Amino acid sequence: MITLTHYLVVSALLFCIGLIGIMTRRNILMILLCIEIMFNAANLAFIAYARAWSNLDGQIVAFFIITVAAAEVTVGLAIAILLARQLKTLNADEVSLLKW
Amino acid sequence: MTEAVFFYLFATLMLSAAVLVVRHRQPMYSVLSLLVVMFCLACLFIMLNAYFVAALQILLYAGAVLVLFLFVIMLLNLAPEALARMRLFTLRTAGTLAAASLCVLLFRIIETPGGEPPLSLVRAPNGSVESIGAELFSRYLLPFELTSFLILAAIIGAVTLAKQEKR
Repeated sequence: MITLTHYLVVSALLFCIGLIGIMTRRNILMILLCIEIMFNAANLAFIAYARAWSNLDGQIVAFFIITVAAAEVTVGLAIAILLARQLKTLNADEVSLLKW
Repeated sequence: MTEAVFFYLFATLMLSAAVLVVRHRQPMYSVLSLLVVMFCLACLFIMLNAYFVAALQILLYAGAVLVLFLFVIMLLNLAPEALARMRLFTLRTAGTLAAASLCVLLFRIIETPGGEPPLSLVRAPNGSVESIGAELFSRYLLPFELTSFLILAAIIGAVTLAKQEKR
């Protein structure tokens, strides 16, 4: 009764919720959080396909996605801390020193 | 039947928690809503026979990444994000873009030719620790070793960036 399509639709909805979050939030930490939502949506799609094709490849890729996301969050949060220290702001609109 | 009940339960809980992540003004509530999303996702993974990945999701994602977020939020002592004084143009653009991408995704997903068989009739993969370990150390050995380089780079980057300057 529950087919692959159900899981893919849920994954697509989750992805678009994360997309809306990235576009509407201005705090850098919240943008990183919404990127995590998109990662999880992709993970769900991979695991659903692994189940539908009786394969383990999707689960291995999901494993790597989790690892890469953890590494990326580490560096992203370090950059956010640096921003908060130097520019005293976490608003993405105000980080515009490179603009000419 | 029970599979459908659990699927809809976890899926709706996950999507409503994700909407709360996006809509909350307090950063702490957003992170805690994301925690709910992670747990619902782990439950969906277990329903999809991915037991090892579900455990990793809770251990790594909910247990390390979100804890890191919580630490940084509490360290920086963020104020609630001011209500978006966004120009209507930006909000409309964001909504249109998200709706358009959602429509494209859903169209591509639902127009798959042929009826998909119910997942309960498809042979389930063996998602236990042994089989994933066997795959990881035979076919995916190179990405596995490269991941250690990635983690090393992330550690060096994080330590270097967040180091306090010596006055």
